[in-house]
Amino acid sequence: MKRYVAFLIGLAFAIGLAQPAGAGHEIVIGLLCDRTGATQTVGVVICPGFHDYVRVVNSRGGVEGHKIKLIEIDHEYKVPQGVEAYERFKKEGMVTMFVYGTPLVYALTQKLTEDRIPGITPGFGRADSADGTRYPYIFPIAATYWSQGAAAVDFVKKQLGGSLRNKKIAYIFFDNPAGREPIPVLEDISAKEGFQLKAFAVPPPGVEMGAQVLDIAQRYRADFVIGHLFGRSPSVSIKEFKRVGYPLNKVVSLVWGAAEADVVAAGGWPVAEGYYAMQFAGVGEGFPILNDIRELYKKEGKPAPKEMASTVYYNRGVFSVALLVEAIHNAVKAKPDGKITGMDVKAGFEKIKGFTLGGMIPPLEITATDHEGGGWVQIYQVKGGKFVKATEWFKAYPDVLAKHIKEAGAKK
Amino acid sequence: MIHRECGVFKTTYEADMALYPLPIARWTVAAIAVLMFLMLPLSVEEYYLSIVNLISIAVIGALGLNILVGYTGQISVGHGAFMSVGAYTAANFAVRLDFPFWLSLPLGGLMAAAVGAVVGVPSLRIKGLYLAIATLAGQLIIEWTINHVTFISGGVQASIEVPRPRLFGYTIHSQRHMYFFLLFFVVLALVGTMNLVRSRIGRAFVAIRDHDIAAEIIGINIFRYKLLAFAISSFYAGVTGVLYTYYLGVANYEQYQLVVSIDYLAMIIIGGLGSVLGSVFGAIFVTLLPILIRYAMEAFGGILFSASAVLNIIPNLRLILFGALIILFLVVEPEGLNRLWRNIRTYFRVWPFAY
Repeated sequence: MKRYVAFLIGLAFAIGLAQPAGAGHEIVIGLLCDRTGATQTVGVVICPGFHDYVRVVNSRGGVEGHKIKLIEIDHEYKVPQGVEAYERFKKEGMVTMFVYGTPLVYALTQKLTEDRIPGITPGFGRADSADGTRYPYIFPIAATYWSQGAAAVDFVKKQLGGSLRNKKIAYIFFDNPAGREPIPVLEDISAKEGFQLKAFAVPPPGVEMGAQVLDIAQRYRADFVIGHLFGRSPSVSIKEFKRVGYPLNKVVSLVWGAAEADVVAAGGWPVAEGYYAMQFAGVGEGFPILNDIRELYKKEGKPAPKEMASTVYYNRGVFSVALLVEAIHNAVKAKPDGKITGMDVKAGFEKIKGFTLGGMIPPLEITATDHEGGGWVQIYQVKGGKFVKATEWFKAYPDVLAKHIKEAGAKK
Repeated sequence: MIHRECGVFKTTYEADMALYPLPIARWTVAAIAVLMFLMLPLSVEEYYLSIVNLISIAVIGALGLNILVGYTGQISVGHGAFMSVGAYTAANFAVRLDFPFWLSLPLGGLMAAAVGAVVGVPSLRIKGLYLAIATLAGQLIIEWTINHVTFISGGVQASIEVPRPRLFGYTIHSQRHMYFFLLFFVVLALVGTMNLVRSRIGRAFVAIRDHDIAAEIIGINIFRYKLLAFAISSFYAGVTGVLYTYYLGVANYEQYQLVVSIDYLAMIIIGGLGSVLGSVFGAIFVTLLPILIRYAMEAFGGILFSASAVLNIIPNLRLILFGALIILFLVVEPEGLNRLWRNIRTYFRVWPFAY
């Protein structure tokens, strides 16, 4: 009964809000999410982060008096559903959106550009979209796979004592376009630094990699391993490396093999001790914005959501939506009536600088030409039951990355 | 198309062979054509047209698969791969050689037909589930090849951006333009299939489905017609892939994986094997139902669950409801939506007298 009353009150409120109160213009953000498909383990944690942050912003009166409306649609990681959701967002008047999933990034790039709606694609590939002149409405925001690969090599270099000459690095990757994306960059750096690089493909669905891991550990005898795996496969890789006795503190994983869930699925924190994980958003529960979210829940008399315990993905959700809202903030500053368009938000993105949310976001500087904002990452290590920061924000080999972005632009 | 057919006498073979022998059927088709070509595109928002566009693409693919599975009785789970063959062929021609869509589209279809005929070769010796596994191998081999041969896929990212189709110096890009573009091909595919299945070739297909040894004895060249069925079906699939590529502006192999083949099989099984209208019903059902369920959940989900739970429940419940409805419809009428529709028609034909 109580629930029905609550619903009726909620309905009345919704109707009340729907009336033109004159107080502000509602700004719509589209959120593609995957809570049921191939990557649902990520989606169920990332998407609540979006909603919680927006609730905090709205509880403080919105962006310069304009409320944010976040519309979430689940697309099961499928393209037709994603395209339908995109059109729905457009109908609802969205000004910017979160594009979830590499296939969707490819499928929506042309539409976003034609409709002049900026979309962010943090951690979902298409490294060449860092070039803002070529893809004016795509914002990778987080480090692309190219930047991640370059940063991983730089990290390995420091771990191996400052020189990579005649060292052997193994690259184990999920055999799909996203997994293969960093290879050209890694090959280039290997020629430059004089190390040996060997790539080991793990065919989808990526739960069988005993042979590859054995090969890396016992035949190739790699000095360091860079892993780029998705879904269930990172946890399998941790298990397999452990099984063949390869030291996990010689393994660094790119961003999709770097969550608490992967460690837990691999058999728990003690098993994964030493494992290095790359992050594009800060990890941990200590950030001020997370405290604000907990405060909000406390005020409503509810416990903090359990998703907050998975800090890697939850924080990535907060990271993404914070940047979306910041871009909107910049756009609204230029147009105080709040009637902003996708083009205004694009300009807003390109003004983002020094917005770090207490260290959760790297020192991004997004410009009209660089939509990646620098390509910053942090490395964390599994130590004593949690992720411990191993490096500060850093980026590496900008010259190699610039060359690849330029080449991708020159190619038709 | 509920009508009575008394007083219609056929005096020629042409009249007997006509697609729509009754005047009322012809008028119905004309009315649907007016609705689809004029009223719908001029009256609704782009969003709704975008849904119709997705259905249009699915209809062509489902028709193709129905020719193979429904009419010829050869099971295939490689439909998604044939689409990708068409998509990448057209994308390569469009980008490397600057071919316009009216050249790259048939080329994509033909390439898919050629590959489909090759994948169909095992059908000459094996049937049923065994053939399904053979085509599954085809699906995986094609997926792997496109994924790894950079000459086809255009680089490690395995995706090729194609320019929007142009016609008479006019670029087709908005959903409304795309609607007419796709509708044209839907009509072609529908008319083509309806004529195919009543022709000599179509009857040979049906004969093979019903009993292949008997078909061979009455003089049907099994080798030729089975491969022809694979080729025609793959041609449709290839065209679907090309249209999808032009619709999205990119060819990307991740859009044509095994699950897509399964989706299309689901469409024709739900719609009705061996019927043109069934393919259309199936494509509409599978594309539209998840969207409708989501709308229903958004409207009524709040009554039962709290706001934050709704976000998690909607997508999951949608999958459950989707599965349950498929089972329900198949239990009510195992022969598909087309049969259900025919049952309704036959009921009203003699209504109010139940003979």
